[in-house]
Amino acid sequence: MSAIAIVFKRELMSYFATPVAYVFIVIFLVLAATFPFYLGNPTFFERGQADLLPFFNFHPWLYLFLVPAVGMRLWSEERKSGTIELLLTLPITMWQAVVGKFLAAWAFIGIALVLTFPIWITVNYLGSPDNGVIFASYVGSFLMAGAFLAIGSCISACTRNQVIAFILTVVVCFLFLLAGFPLVLNAFSSWAPQGIVDAISGLSFLTHFTSISKGVIDLRDLIYFLLTIAFWLYASAVVIDLKKAD
Amino acid sequence: MIETRQLTKRYGALTAVDGITFNVEPGRVLGFLGPNGAGKSTTMKMIAGFLAPTSGSVLVCGHDVSEDPMAAKRVIGYLPEGAPSYGEMNSRQFLDFIADVRGLTGARRRTRLDDVIERLRLNGVLEQPIETLSKGFKRRVGLAQAILHDPAVLIMDEPTDGLDPNQKHEVRTLINAMSRDKTIIVSTHLLEEVHAVCSRAIIIAQGKILADATPAELEARSRYHQAVSLTTPDVAAAREALSRVADVQAVEIDPQDHRITAFPKPGKQIFTPISELLRTQGIKVSELQLESGRLDEVFRTITSQEVTA
Repeated sequence: MSAIAIVFKRELMSYFATPVAYVFIVIFLVLAATFPFYLGNPTFFERGQADLLPFFNFHPWLYLFLVPAVGMRLWSEERKSGTIELLLTLPITMWQAVVGKFLAAWAFIGIALVLTFPIWITVNYLGSPDNGVIFASYVGSFLMAGAFLAIGSCISACTRNQVIAFILTVVVCFLFLLAGFPLVLNAFSSWAPQGIVDAISGLSFLTHFTSISKGVIDLRDLIYFLLTIAFWLYASAVVIDLKKAD
Repeated sequence: MIETRQLTKRYGALTAVDGITFNVEPGRVLGFLGPNGAGKSTTMKMIAGFLAPTSGSVLVCGHDVSEDPMAAKRVIGYLPEGAPSYGEMNSRQFLDFIADVRGLTGARRRTRLDDVIERLRLNGVLEQPIETLSKGFKRRVGLAQAILHDPAVLIMDEPTDGLDPNQKHEVRTLINAMSRDKTIIVSTHLLEEVHAVCSRAIIIAQGKILADATPAELEARSRYHQAVSLTTPDVAAAREALSRVADVQAVEIDPQDHRITAFPKPGKQIFTPISELLRTQGIKVSELQLESGRLDEVFRTITSQEVTA
Protein backbone atom coordinates (compact mmCIF):
# COMPACT_ATOMS: atom_id res chain seq x y z
CA MET A 1 0.00 0.00 0.00
CA SER A 2 1.35 3.41 -0.82
CA ALA A 3 1.79 5.95 1.94
CA ILE A 4 -1.05 8.09 0.57
CA ALA A 5 -3.41 5.11 0.65
CA ILE A 6 -2.41 4.31 4.26
CA VAL A 7 -3.00 7.88 5.42
CA PHE A 8 -6.25 7.96 3.44
CA LYS A 9 -7.52 4.76 5.03
CA ARG A 10 -6.72 5.83 8.58
CA GLU A 11 -8.28 9.23 8.11
CA LEU A 12 -11.48 7.97 6.50
CA MET A 13 -11.81 5.30 9.20
CA SER A 14 -11.56 7.95 11.89
CA TYR A 15 -14.51 9.88 10.38
CA PHE A 16 -16.72 6.89 10.89
CA ALA A 17 -15.31 6.10 14.34
CA THR A 18 -17.15 9.12 15.74
CA PRO A 19 -20.75 10.36 15.34
CA VAL A 20 -19.44 13.32 13.29
CA ALA A 21 -19.69 11.36 10.05
CA TYR A 22 -23.28 10.30 10.59
CA VAL A 23 -24.41 13.73 11.78
CA PHE A 24 -22.81 15.32 8.75
CA ILE A 25 -24.28 12.88 6.26
CA VAL A 26 -27.78 13.08 7.72
CA ILE A 27 -27.78 16.90 7.83
CA PHE A 28 -26.38 17.11 4.33
CA LEU A 29 -28.98 14.74 2.92
CA VAL A 30 -31.88 16.40 4.73
CA LEU A 31 -30.89 19.87 3.56
CA ALA A 32 -29.97 18.79 0.05
CA ALA A 33 -33.28 16.99 -0.33
CA THR A 34 -35.61 19.58 1.18
CA PHE A 35 -34.24 22.89 -0.10
CA PRO A 36 -35.16 22.27 -3.76
CA PHE A 37 -38.75 21.53 -2.78
CA TYR A 38 -39.34 24.49 -0.50
CA LEU A 39 -36.79 27.23 -1.07
CA GLY A 40 -36.26 27.30 -4.81
CA ASN A 41 -37.77 29.99 -6.94
CA PRO A 42 -39.53 28.34 -8.61
CA THR A 43 -39.39 25.16 -6.52
CA PHE A 44 -38.71 21.68 -7.86
CA PHE A 45 -42.40 21.01 -8.65
CA GLU A 46 -43.41 24.52 -9.70
CA ARG A 47 -40.88 24.45 -12.52
CA GLY A 48 -42.76 21.59 -14.10
CA GLN A 49 -39.53 20.31 -15.62
CA ALA A 50 -37.81 17.00 -14.99
CA ASP A 51 -34.33 18.23 -14.13
CA LEU A 52 -32.19 18.71 -11.04
CA LEU A 53 -31.29 22.35 -11.48
CA PRO A 54 -33.06 23.45 -8.28
CA PHE A 55 -31.18 20.69 -6.47
CA PHE A 56 -27.73 21.63 -7.71
CA ASN A 57 -28.34 25.35 -7.34
CA PHE A 58 -28.24 24.92 -3.60
CA HIS A 59 -25.00 22.98 -3.47
CA PRO A 60 -22.65 25.99 -3.35
CA TRP A 61 -24.58 27.35 -0.36
CA LEU A 62 -24.75 24.03 1.40
CA TYR A 63 -21.04 23.50 0.90
CA LEU A 64 -20.31 26.96 2.17
CA PHE A 65 -21.19 25.79 5.69
CA LEU A 66 -20.86 22.03 5.60
CA VAL A 67 -17.49 21.62 3.87
CA PRO A 68 -15.62 23.94 6.27
CA ALA A 69 -17.08 21.80 9.06
CA VAL A 70 -15.33 18.79 7.54
CA GLY A 71 -12.14 20.67 6.69
CA MET A 72 -11.68 22.45 10.01
CA ARG A 73 -10.42 19.38 11.81
CA LEU A 74 -8.00 18.23 9.10
CA TRP A 75 -4.85 19.79 10.55
CA SER A 76 -5.87 21.80 13.59
CA GLU A 77 -6.81 18.62 15.40
CA GLU A 78 -3.47 17.03 14.55
CA ARG A 79 -1.71 20.09 15.88
CA LYS A 80 -3.80 20.35 19.01
CA SER A 81 -3.43 16.70 19.99
CA GLY A 82 0.25 16.57 19.00
CA THR A 83 -0.29 13.70 16.57
CA ILE A 84 1.20 15.90 13.84
CA GLU A 85 4.57 15.20 15.44
CA LEU A 86 3.88 11.49 15.24
CA LEU A 87 2.58 11.63 11.68
CA LEU A 88 5.45 13.68 10.29
CA THR A 89 8.17 11.59 11.96
CA LEU A 90 6.81 8.41 10.42
CA PRO A 91 8.33 7.54 7.04
CA ILE A 92 5.70 9.62 5.21
CA THR A 93 6.52 12.73 3.23
CA MET A 94 4.72 15.98 3.84
CA TRP A 95 2.85 15.90 0.53
CA GLN A 96 1.76 12.29 1.07
CA ALA A 97 0.28 13.33 4.41
CA VAL A 98 -1.42 16.43 2.96
CA VAL A 99 -2.83 14.63 -0.08
CA GLY A 100 -3.85 11.51 1.86
CA LYS A 101 -5.77 13.47 4.46
CA PHE A 102 -7.37 15.71 1.84
CA LEU A 103 -8.48 12.78 -0.31
CA ALA A 104 -10.05 11.09 2.71
CA ALA A 105 -12.10 14.17 3.55
CA TRP A 106 -13.03 14.62 -0.11
CA ALA A 107 -14.08 10.99 -0.41
CA PHE A 108 -16.17 11.44 2.71
CA ILE A 109 -18.04 14.36 1.12
CA GLY A 110 -18.27 12.26 -2.05
CA ILE A 111 -20.04 9.53 -0.08
CA ALA A 112 -22.57 12.07 1.19
CA LEU A 113 -23.06 13.34 -2.36
CA VAL A 114 -23.56 9.84 -3.78
CA LEU A 115 -26.20 9.18 -1.14
CA THR A 116 -28.39 11.87 -2.74
CA PHE A 117 -29.03 9.40 -5.60
CA PRO A 118 -32.74 8.89 -4.71
CA ILE A 119 -33.49 12.36 -6.03
CA TRP A 120 -31.91 11.37 -9.34
CA ILE A 121 -34.10 8.26 -9.42
CA THR A 122 -37.14 10.35 -8.49
CA VAL A 123 -36.67 12.77 -11.35
CA ASN A 124 -36.24 9.86 -13.76
CA TYR A 125 -39.44 8.37 -12.43
CA LEU A 126 -41.34 11.63 -12.88
CA GLY A 127 -40.12 12.43 -16.36
CA SER A 128 -37.20 11.98 -18.70
CA PRO A 129 -34.42 14.36 -17.68
CA ASP A 130 -31.14 14.80 -19.50
CA ASN A 131 -29.01 12.39 -17.45
CA GLY A 132 -25.85 13.67 -19.07
CA VAL A 133 -26.48 17.11 -17.60
CA ILE A 134 -27.19 15.59 -14.20
CA PHE A 135 -23.98 13.56 -14.32
CA ALA A 136 -21.99 16.64 -15.30
CA SER A 137 -23.58 18.54 -12.44
CA TYR A 138 -22.55 15.84 -9.98
CA VAL A 139 -18.98 16.03 -11.28
CA GLY A 140 -19.01 19.82 -11.00
CA SER A 141 -20.51 19.69 -7.53
CA PHE A 142 -17.88 17.21 -6.36
CA LEU A 143 -15.05 19.31 -7.82
CA MET A 144 -16.40 22.43 -6.17
CA ALA A 145 -16.57 20.61 -2.82
CA GLY A 146 -12.92 19.66 -3.32
CA ALA A 147 -11.97 23.28 -3.90
CA PHE A 148 -13.80 24.36 -0.73
CA LEU A 149 -12.13 21.56 1.16
CA ALA A 150 -8.62 22.44 -0.05
CA ILE A 151 -9.16 25.98 1.26
CA GLY A 152 -10.33 24.44 4.54
CA SER A 153 -7.21 22.26 4.69
CA CYS A 154 -4.91 25.25 4.38
CA ILE A 155 -6.76 27.39 6.93
CA SER A 156 -6.99 24.46 9.31
CA ALA A 157 -3.20 24.20 9.12
CA CYS A 158 -2.91 27.82 10.31
CA THR A 159 -4.54 27.34 13.68
CA ARG A 160 -5.02 24.72 16.35
CA ASN A 161 -8.46 26.13 17.10
CA GLN A 162 -11.15 24.43 15.05
CA VAL A 163 -13.74 27.17 15.56
CA ILE A 164 -11.40 29.79 14.13
CA ALA A 165 -10.57 27.45 11.26
CA PHE A 166 -14.28 26.99 10.54
CA ILE A 167 -15.18 30.68 10.54
CA LEU A 168 -12.20 31.78 8.46
CA THR A 169 -12.82 29.01 5.96
CA VAL A 170 -16.46 30.08 5.58
CA VAL A 171 -15.37 33.66 4.94
CA VAL A 172 -12.68 32.76 2.40
CA CYS A 173 -14.99 30.30 0.63
CA PHE A 174 -17.70 32.95 0.51
CA LEU A 175 -15.32 35.37 -1.18
CA PHE A 176 -14.31 32.74 -3.73
CA LEU A 177 -17.89 31.78 -4.32
CA LEU A 178 -18.92 35.33 -5.12
CA ALA A 179 -15.69 36.51 -6.73
CA GLY A 180 -17.55 37.18 -9.98
CA PHE A 181 -20.29 39.28 -8.36
CA PRO A 182 -20.49 42.99 -7.52
CA LEU A 183 -20.23 42.28 -3.77
CA VAL A 184 -16.61 41.29 -4.24
CA LEU A 185 -15.77 43.05 -7.50
CA ASN A 186 -16.85 46.52 -6.34
CA ALA A 187 -14.13 46.41 -3.72
CA PHE A 188 -11.58 46.23 -6.55
CA SER A 189 -13.11 47.94 -9.56
CA SER A 190 -12.62 51.48 -8.25
CA TRP A 191 -8.83 51.24 -8.00
CA ALA A 192 -7.50 48.07 -9.60
CA PRO A 193 -6.79 47.86 -13.35
CA GLN A 194 -9.43 46.10 -15.42
CA GLY A 195 -7.10 43.12 -15.98
CA ILE A 196 -6.97 42.34 -12.27
CA VAL A 197 -10.73 42.79 -11.84
CA ASP A 198 -11.30 40.36 -14.70
CA ALA A 199 -8.84 37.90 -13.18
CA ILE A 200 -10.65 38.03 -9.85
CA SER A 201 -14.00 37.57 -11.47
CA GLY A 202 -12.56 34.55 -13.26
CA LEU A 203 -11.87 32.94 -9.87
CA SER A 204 -15.54 32.67 -8.99
CA PHE A 205 -16.55 29.16 -7.99
CA LEU A 206 -20.14 29.94 -8.83
CA THR A 207 -19.39 30.94 -12.44
CA HIS A 208 -17.41 27.75 -13.08
CA PHE A 209 -19.92 25.56 -11.32
CA THR A 210 -22.87 27.08 -13.17
CA SER A 211 -21.24 26.45 -16.52
CA ILE A 212 -20.55 22.80 -15.65
CA SER A 213 -24.07 22.27 -14.30
CA LYS A 214 -25.51 23.43 -17.60
CA GLY A 215 -24.13 20.16 -18.88
CA VAL A 216 -21.08 21.58 -20.63
CA ILE A 217 -17.99 19.98 -19.17
CA ASP A 218 -15.47 22.49 -20.40
CA LEU A 219 -11.86 21.46 -19.85
CA ARG A 220 -11.12 24.97 -18.54
CA ASP A 221 -13.65 24.60 -15.72
CA LEU A 222 -12.22 21.24 -14.70
CA ILE A 223 -8.68 22.58 -14.82
CA TYR A 224 -9.77 25.60 -12.83
CA PHE A 225 -11.06 23.48 -9.93
CA LEU A 226 -8.12 21.06 -10.03
CA LEU A 227 -5.63 23.92 -10.05
CA THR A 228 -7.43 25.58 -7.17
CA ILE A 229 -7.21 22.33 -5.19
CA ALA A 230 -3.53 21.89 -6.05
CA PHE A 231 -2.72 25.47 -5.09
CA TRP A 232 -4.41 25.28 -1.68
CA LEU A 233 -2.89 21.89 -0.91
CA TYR A 234 0.53 23.24 -1.75
CA ALA A 235 -0.20 26.20 0.52
CA SER A 236 -1.27 23.75 3.25
CA ALA A 237 2.09 21.99 3.09
CA VAL A 238 3.93 25.30 3.26
CA VAL A 239 1.89 26.48 6.25
CA ILE A 240 2.32 23.18 8.11
CA ASP A 241 6.05 23.35 7.59
CA LEU A 242 6.22 26.95 8.80
CA LYS A 243 4.04 26.44 11.85
CA LYS A 244 5.40 23.09 13.03
CA ALA A 245 7.48 24.67 15.72
CA ASP A 246 4.68 26.52 17.56
CA MET B 1 24.38 5.36 15.97
CA ILE B 2 23.45 9.01 16.31
CA GLU B 3 25.82 11.86 15.56
CA THR B 4 24.91 15.51 15.87
CA ARG B 5 27.26 18.24 14.73
CA GLN B 6 26.90 21.84 15.86
CA LEU B 7 23.14 21.36 15.92
CA THR B 8 21.45 24.76 16.25
CA LYS B 9 17.84 25.94 16.25
CA ARG B 10 16.85 29.59 16.34
CA TYR B 11 13.38 31.09 16.58
CA GLY B 12 13.90 34.71 15.58
CA ALA B 13 16.11 36.19 18.27
CA LEU B 14 15.74 33.19 20.57
CA THR B 15 18.35 30.44 20.31
CA ALA B 16 16.66 27.30 21.59
CA VAL B 17 19.50 24.91 20.77
CA ASP B 18 22.99 26.29 20.45
CA GLY B 19 25.71 24.23 18.75
CA ILE B 20 25.09 20.81 20.27
CA THR B 21 27.55 18.09 19.25
CA PHE B 22 27.52 14.52 20.55
CA ASN B 23 27.66 10.87 19.46
CA VAL B 24 25.75 7.91 20.80
CA GLU B 25 26.84 4.36 19.99
CA PRO B 26 24.61 1.27 19.77
CA GLY B 27 24.11 -0.39 23.13
CA ARG B 28 24.15 2.96 24.90
CA VAL B 29 21.33 4.82 26.61
CA LEU B 30 21.90 8.53 26.61
CA GLY B 31 19.98 10.54 29.18
CA PHE B 32 19.10 14.09 28.25
CA LEU B 33 18.79 16.22 31.36
CA GLY B 34 17.95 19.82 31.76
CA PRO B 35 15.51 22.30 33.26
CA ASN B 36 12.23 22.91 31.45
CA GLY B 37 12.81 24.96 28.31
CA ALA B 38 16.47 23.94 28.12
CA GLY B 39 16.16 22.72 24.54
CA LYS B 40 15.82 18.98 25.21
CA SER B 41 12.62 18.51 23.25
CA THR B 42 13.75 20.76 20.40
CA THR B 43 16.95 18.72 20.04
CA MET B 44 15.01 15.47 20.00
CA LYS B 45 12.53 16.84 17.46
CA MET B 46 15.43 17.74 15.18
CA ILE B 47 16.97 14.27 15.52
CA ALA B 48 13.59 12.66 14.80
CA GLY B 49 13.23 14.81 11.67
CA PHE B 50 10.21 16.82 12.82
CA LEU B 51 11.96 20.19 12.95
CA ALA B 52 14.62 21.31 10.52
CA PRO B 53 17.79 22.62 12.19
CA THR B 54 18.76 26.25 11.55
CA SER B 55 22.32 25.00 11.11
CA GLY B 56 24.35 21.92 11.87
CA SER B 57 23.45 18.34 11.02
CA VAL B 58 22.20 15.06 12.42
CA LEU B 59 23.30 11.64 11.18
CA VAL B 60 21.20 8.66 12.20
CA CYS B 61 22.80 5.31 11.23
CA GLY B 62 24.72 7.22 8.57
CA HIS B 63 21.64 8.93 7.08
CA ASP B 64 21.57 12.71 7.16
CA VAL B 65 18.17 13.64 8.59
CA SER B 66 17.89 16.80 6.47
CA GLU B 67 19.13 15.31 3.21
CA ASP B 68 17.60 11.84 3.34
CA PRO B 69 14.77 12.14 5.86
CA MET B 70 12.92 9.01 4.70
CA ALA B 71 15.92 6.73 5.23
CA ALA B 72 16.51 8.25 8.66
CA LYS B 73 12.85 8.02 9.68
CA ARG B 74 12.76 4.33 8.76
CA VAL B 75 15.41 3.44 11.33
CA ILE B 76 14.09 5.71 14.08
CA GLY B 77 11.40 4.91 16.62
CA TYR B 78 10.16 8.12 18.19
CA LEU B 79 7.95 8.73 21.19
CA PRO B 80 6.98 12.42 21.16
CA GLU B 81 6.39 14.23 24.43
CA GLY B 82 3.05 13.21 25.95
CA ALA B 83 2.83 10.13 23.68
CA PRO B 84 0.23 11.53 21.25
CA SER B 85 -1.95 9.05 19.38
CA TYR B 86 -5.23 9.09 17.49
CA GLY B 87 -7.76 8.95 20.32
CA GLU B 88 -10.75 7.83 18.29
CA MET B 89 -8.97 4.68 17.10
CA ASN B 90 -8.63 1.63 19.28
CA SER B 91 -5.18 0.29 20.12
CA ARG B 92 -5.33 -2.48 17.53
CA GLN B 93 -6.36 -0.14 14.69
CA PHE B 94 -3.66 2.31 15.72
CA LEU B 95 -0.93 -0.33 15.78
CA ASP B 96 -2.19 -1.70 12.46
CA PHE B 97 -1.87 1.78 10.99
CA ILE B 98 1.70 2.08 12.26
CA ALA B 99 2.50 -1.41 10.91
CA ASP B 100 1.15 -0.32 7.50
CA VAL B 101 3.25 2.83 7.52
CA ARG B 102 6.32 0.88 8.59
CA GLY B 103 5.76 -1.53 5.71
CA LEU B 104 5.44 -4.60 7.93
CA THR B 105 3.76 -7.52 6.17
CA GLY B 106 3.10 -11.23 6.55
CA ALA B 107 4.69 -13.25 9.30
CA ARG B 108 7.02 -10.48 10.43
CA ARG B 109 4.06 -8.15 10.90
CA ARG B 110 2.33 -10.71 13.10
CA THR B 111 5.41 -11.47 15.19
CA ARG B 112 6.20 -7.78 15.69
CA LEU B 113 2.62 -6.95 16.67
CA ASP B 114 2.46 -9.92 19.05
CA ASP B 115 5.82 -8.96 20.51
CA VAL B 116 4.94 -5.34 21.36
CA ILE B 117 1.45 -6.25 22.58
CA GLU B 118 3.04 -8.83 24.85
CA ARG B 119 5.88 -6.59 26.03
CA LEU B 120 3.62 -3.66 26.85
CA ARG B 121 0.78 -5.86 28.07
CA LEU B 122 -1.80 -4.29 25.79
CA ASN B 123 -3.84 -7.46 25.35
CA GLY B 124 -6.69 -6.32 27.56
CA VAL B 125 -7.19 -2.94 25.90
CA LEU B 126 -6.79 -3.71 22.20
CA GLU B 127 -10.44 -3.09 21.36
CA GLN B 128 -10.83 0.05 23.48
CA PRO B 129 -10.66 3.55 21.94
CA ILE B 130 -7.33 5.06 22.95
CA GLU B 131 -8.97 8.22 24.33
CA THR B 132 -10.76 6.13 26.96
CA LEU B 133 -7.54 4.54 28.23
CA SER B 134 -5.73 5.56 31.41
CA LYS B 135 -2.60 7.66 31.14
CA GLY B 136 -0.37 4.65 31.76
CA PHE B 137 -1.97 2.66 28.96
CA LYS B 138 -1.87 5.61 26.57
CA ARG B 139 1.85 5.87 27.23
CA ARG B 140 2.25 2.15 26.59
CA VAL B 141 0.41 2.45 23.29
CA GLY B 142 2.80 5.28 22.38
CA LEU B 143 5.80 3.14 23.30
CA ALA B 144 4.39 0.19 21.35
CA GLN B 145 4.12 2.46 18.32
CA ALA B 146 7.75 3.56 18.71
CA ILE B 147 9.25 0.07 18.97
CA LEU B 148 6.91 -1.75 16.57
CA HIS B 149 9.40 -1.89 13.69
CA ASP B 150 12.25 -2.89 16.02
CA PRO B 151 14.16 0.33 15.24
CA ALA B 152 17.92 0.62 15.53
CA VAL B 153 17.51 4.05 17.09
CA LEU B 154 14.95 4.89 19.73
CA ILE B 155 14.20 8.45 20.82
CA MET B 156 11.86 9.00 23.74
CA ASP B 157 10.83 12.38 25.04
CA GLU B 158 10.00 12.05 28.75
CA PRO B 159 8.72 8.48 28.52
CA THR B 160 7.87 8.24 32.23
CA ASP B 161 6.47 11.72 32.78
CA GLY B 162 3.18 11.61 34.65
CA LEU B 163 3.26 7.86 35.33
CA ASP B 164 2.87 6.30 38.76
CA PRO B 165 5.92 4.63 40.38
CA ASN B 166 4.96 1.14 39.21
CA GLN B 167 4.46 2.29 35.64
CA LYS B 168 7.75 4.19 35.75
CA HIS B 169 9.46 1.03 36.86
CA GLU B 170 7.88 -0.94 34.01
CA VAL B 171 8.98 1.59 31.40
CA ARG B 172 12.52 1.61 32.76
CA THR B 173 12.66 -2.17 32.73
CA LEU B 174 11.52 -2.05 29.12
CA ILE B 175 14.22 0.46 28.19
CA ASN B 176 16.89 -1.61 29.90
CA ALA B 177 15.71 -4.73 28.11
CA MET B 178 15.97 -3.01 24.74
CA SER B 179 19.23 -1.21 25.34
CA ARG B 180 21.55 -4.07 24.40
CA ASP B 181 21.50 -3.60 20.64
CA LYS B 182 19.82 -0.23 20.17
CA THR B 183 20.92 3.37 20.31
CA ILE B 184 18.60 5.08 22.74
CA ILE B 185 18.07 8.69 23.78
CA VAL B 186 15.78 9.44 26.69
CA SER B 187 14.96 12.88 27.98
CA THR B 188 13.88 13.34 31.54
CA HIS B 189 13.97 15.71 34.43
CA LEU B 190 13.87 12.89 36.92
CA LEU B 191 17.34 12.31 38.23
CA GLU B 192 16.66 8.86 39.63
CA GLU B 193 15.89 7.84 36.07
CA VAL B 194 19.43 8.59 35.02
CA HIS B 195 20.64 6.00 37.51
CA ALA B 196 18.01 3.52 36.53
CA VAL B 197 18.47 3.50 32.76
CA CYS B 198 21.28 5.68 31.41
CA SER B 199 24.84 4.72 30.65
CA ARG B 200 25.63 8.36 29.96
CA ALA B 201 24.03 11.69 30.73
CA ILE B 202 24.13 15.04 28.98
CA ILE B 203 23.01 18.05 30.94
CA ILE B 204 21.80 20.94 28.82
CA ALA B 205 20.53 24.36 29.77
CA GLN B 206 19.76 27.31 27.53
CA GLY B 207 20.52 25.17 24.52
CA LYS B 208 24.12 24.34 25.43
CA ILE B 209 25.75 21.15 26.70
CA LEU B 210 27.03 21.82 30.21
CA ALA B 211 28.09 18.31 31.15
CA ASP B 212 28.53 15.03 29.28
CA ALA B 213 29.54 12.12 31.51
CA THR B 214 28.49 8.82 33.05
CA PRO B 215 26.10 9.06 36.01
CA ALA B 216 28.95 7.96 38.33
CA GLU B 217 31.24 10.69 37.01
CA LEU B 218 28.52 13.26 37.51
CA GLU B 219 28.01 12.11 41.06
CA ALA B 220 31.72 12.40 41.67
CA ARG B 221 31.35 16.13 41.03
CA SER B 222 28.99 16.40 43.95
CA ARG B 223 30.31 17.77 47.16
CA TYR B 224 28.56 14.80 48.77
CA HIS B 225 30.86 12.43 46.88
CA GLN B 226 32.65 10.26 49.51
CA ALA B 227 30.93 12.16 52.32
CA VAL B 228 29.72 10.18 55.33
CA SER B 229 26.23 10.58 56.75
CA LEU B 230 24.96 9.16 60.00
CA THR B 231 22.04 9.33 62.37
CA THR B 232 22.60 9.27 66.11
CA PRO B 233 20.69 10.18 69.25
CA ASP B 234 23.77 11.98 70.59
CA VAL B 235 24.10 14.74 67.98
CA ALA B 236 26.40 17.11 69.92
CA ALA B 237 28.96 14.44 70.85
CA ALA B 238 29.02 12.99 67.36
CA ARG B 239 29.56 16.39 65.84
CA GLU B 240 32.37 17.13 68.22
CA ALA B 241 34.04 13.78 67.48
CA LEU B 242 33.68 14.12 63.71
CA SER B 243 35.21 17.56 63.51
CA ARG B 244 38.34 16.15 65.14
CA VAL B 245 38.94 13.62 62.32
CA ALA B 246 41.98 14.84 60.38
CA ASP B 247 40.57 14.59 56.82
CA VAL B 248 37.15 16.04 57.56
CA GLN B 249 36.66 19.46 56.05
CA ALA B 250 33.22 20.31 57.36
CA VAL B 251 30.35 18.86 59.35
CA GLU B 252 26.75 19.75 58.63
CA ILE B 253 23.56 18.87 60.44
CA ASP B 254 20.30 18.61 58.59
CA PRO B 255 17.93 21.00 60.40
CA GLN B 256 14.96 18.70 59.82
CA ASP B 257 15.98 15.15 60.71
CA HIS B 258 19.28 16.00 62.46
CA ARG B 259 21.20 13.72 60.18
CA ILE B 260 24.88 14.55 60.33
CA THR B 261 27.04 14.70 57.22
CA ALA B 262 30.83 14.95 57.30
CA PHE B 263 32.50 16.20 54.13
CA PRO B 264 36.05 15.02 53.32
CA LYS B 265 38.94 17.20 52.24
CA PRO B 266 39.50 16.84 48.47
CA GLY B 267 40.66 13.35 47.49
CA LYS B 268 40.53 11.93 51.04
CA GLN B 269 38.67 8.86 52.32
CA ILE B 270 36.99 9.34 55.67
CA PHE B 271 34.64 6.39 56.08
CA THR B 272 37.10 4.07 57.87
CA PRO B 273 38.52 6.67 60.29
CA ILE B 274 35.01 7.84 61.17
CA SER B 275 33.60 4.38 61.79
CA GLU B 276 36.61 3.50 63.97
CA LEU B 277 36.34 6.74 65.90
CA LEU B 278 32.65 6.22 66.56
CA ARG B 279 33.37 2.73 67.90
CA THR B 280 36.23 3.83 70.18
CA GLN B 281 34.24 6.81 71.48
CA GLY B 282 31.22 4.61 72.11
CA ILE B 283 28.85 6.85 70.13
CA LYS B 284 25.77 4.87 69.12
CA VAL B 285 24.60 5.36 65.55
CA SER B 286 21.37 4.03 64.14
CA GLU B 287 22.62 4.41 60.56
CA LEU B 288 25.92 5.13 58.82
CA GLN B 289 26.29 5.67 55.09
CA LEU B 290 29.00 6.45 52.57
CA GLU B 291 27.51 8.86 50.06
CA SER B 292 28.24 8.36 46.37
CA GLY B 293 27.17 11.87 45.50
CA ARG B 294 23.85 13.54 44.87
CA LEU B 295 22.82 14.04 41.29
CA ASP B 296 20.18 16.62 42.14
CA GLU B 297 22.81 18.78 43.78
CA VAL B 298 25.18 18.41 40.80
CA PHE B 299 22.30 19.20 38.48
CA ARG B 300 21.40 22.34 40.40
CA THR B 301 25.00 23.50 40.63
CA ILE B 302 25.67 23.00 36.94
CA THR B 303 22.46 24.51 35.63
CA SER B 304 22.26 27.46 38.01
CA GLN B 305 25.88 28.48 37.36
CA GLU B 306 24.94 28.89 33.75
CA VAL B 307 21.88 30.94 34.55
CA THR B 308 23.70 33.40 36.79
CA ALA B 309 26.76 33.67 34.54
